[in-house]
Amino acid sequence: MNAPARTLSGADGLKRLSVATPDQPLRLDSGRTLENVEIAYETWGELNADKSNVVIVCHALTGDQFAASPNPVTGRPAWWDLVVGPGLPVDTDRFFVICSNVLGGCMGSTGPASRKPDGTYWGTDFPVITIADMVRAQIALLGRLGIENVFLAIGGSIGGMQVLEWTVQARDRVFAAIPIAVAARQSAQNIGFYETGRQAIMADPNWRNGNYLAEGVRPERGLAVARMAAHITYVSESALKRKFDRRLQDRTTKTFGFDADFQIESYLRHQGQTFVDRFDANSYLYITRAMDYFDIAAEHGGMLGNAFKGLHTRFCVFSFSTDWHYAPEENRQIVRALNAAGCETSYVNIETDKGHDAFFVEEPEFWAGLRGFIDAAAGARGLPKRSAT
Amino acid sequence: MTETRAPGIRRADHVAISQFINHGDLVLDVGCGDGQLMELLQHDRGARTRGLEVEQTGVNRCVAKGLAVVQGNADDDLPVYPDDAFDVAILSKTIQELARPKFVLDELSRIARRVIVSFRNYGHWRVRTALLTTGRIPNLGHDVGWWSDGARRPCTARDMAELAEQAGLAIAAATAVSGKPVNGRSLGRLNWTAEELVFVLERKVKR
Repeated sequence: MNAPARTLSGADGLKRLSVATPDQPLRLDSGRTLENVEIAYETWGELNADKSNVVIVCHALTGDQFAASPNPVTGRPAWWDLVVGPGLPVDTDRFFVICSNVLGGCMGSTGPASRKPDGTYWGTDFPVITIADMVRAQIALLGRLGIENVFLAIGGSIGGMQVLEWTVQARDRVFAAIPIAVAARQSAQNIGFYETGRQAIMADPNWRNGNYLAEGVRPERGLAVARMAAHITYVSESALKRKFDRRLQDRTTKTFGFDADFQIESYLRHQGQTFVDRFDANSYLYITRAMDYFDIAAEHGGMLGNAFKGLHTRFCVFSFSTDWHYAPEENRQIVRALNAAGCETSYVNIETDKGHDAFFVEEPEFWAGLRGFIDAAAGARGLPKRSAT
Repeated sequence: MTETRAPGIRRADHVAISQFINHGDLVLDVGCGDGQLMELLQHDRGARTRGLEVEQTGVNRCVAKGLAVVQGNADDDLPVYPDDAFDVAILSKTIQELARPKFVLDELSRIARRVIVSFRNYGHWRVRTALLTTGRIPNLGHDVGWWSDGARRPCTARDMAELAEQAGLAIAAATAVSGKPVNGRSLGRLNWTAEELVFVLERKVKR
């Protein structure tokens, strides 16, 4: 692989490429520009001779570029090694898979936790970004890697928003697209949930108007509460009932206090605590804001179908029956728009009680659908078949 | 070109439908089940296919086979398709199970240049004889009562011709599932002799 741009290998060992410089700044939807942008990324598999086997994996809100191998910084396991890997639906034996940390993220890409050219932290001086800005940075990253066309763009939740944006922004440079558990516009309900989380962060006295990194503190309490509230929306009521119901945590009777009496409380507190160890509070503000602003139809005269008109990309949309974060009906609206635009479209609603986060966990029907769609697309693209196992 | 596998079992009505599909036609199969007809049309006729299916198991099987299928139902999802989006739309043994057959036929004849319907013919002489001798509507292919959910609408070749007329469609060709195609004038004989029929419908007024 010939990468003309400089690769900065920081002490953290993350792969990074510069995608914007003072000569070629990144122009943002807000009207502002970023003059220095680095995008951290990870790859698996080999780029083939005609560069036709590139898969872009887009990560979700709190994810990172380590889709298929452990994160060396946090030590956490790969977040999607059930789907991306040798012989898996996104087959690294055949495809060259790229996953990058989003613009505004905190795993090596430029964001509010990065330093400005003058050495101070961006904090809330960082410009508000959009999903389209994130994809602009990803397209620039591919350019630096010498890659023009994408065989497949795949991702769930905000990753699915990026997939939709990829197909619209890069037009017919994307051969196939799999948006999973997503919407073409952020609902009022979701804006409300994320605003609650942002307010929790900003109400933490350690947030210091976004300046906490310079002051050597972290708004951990606020960020943990934000994560707890959001996490409830990622799982279904039926799964919470099955896993916890009203069972008590390590005790036989209620304590008549505010300790974590219930298992669900203990579980959410744990989710919040482990999250603050690996995520930047300001990144959480910026990325959730980008989700709030997402509305593809609004940018195309209010007609979602217009956004996809004339695309030759083949789509397969997946939703999960108990997802109330991005409910099946929101996914169906994307499918109807794709059909109205005349795009080659498949849509599967997977019956599961695992809610929004079903795409991260064991879900054989989902995997079978992914395999079928991806293998058929690979055949149509002239890529090799899966090797017999 | 998408690779397609040779279908295993060939349903007789699928084979009868396939003779009306031309190479390269873009075909919408409404109620495509697990995609048998789509596979046959791709493999035998070189058609490009899209499917619409309401049941998840069928949709999953189709997508796992690499077929482009959308989970949805004809009543809700057809209006979003643009005019003349397809060369052919197919209702194989589906039209008698629809809540709104006229609406669906109107929509399909809007989005496709030709509509092919296959259906059970309740005008067949055995059905007529059975009604005459037993005093009951024979329940062709159904082992449940006429009142059950999704019970089929019993209609004859002439009844279907009436619907086509109402929808502004002409019968361009008609065939018994196990017979040779005839033109619309032989409808009376088909109505006596065919247990299952395939009608090829086209708009009378060309756009």
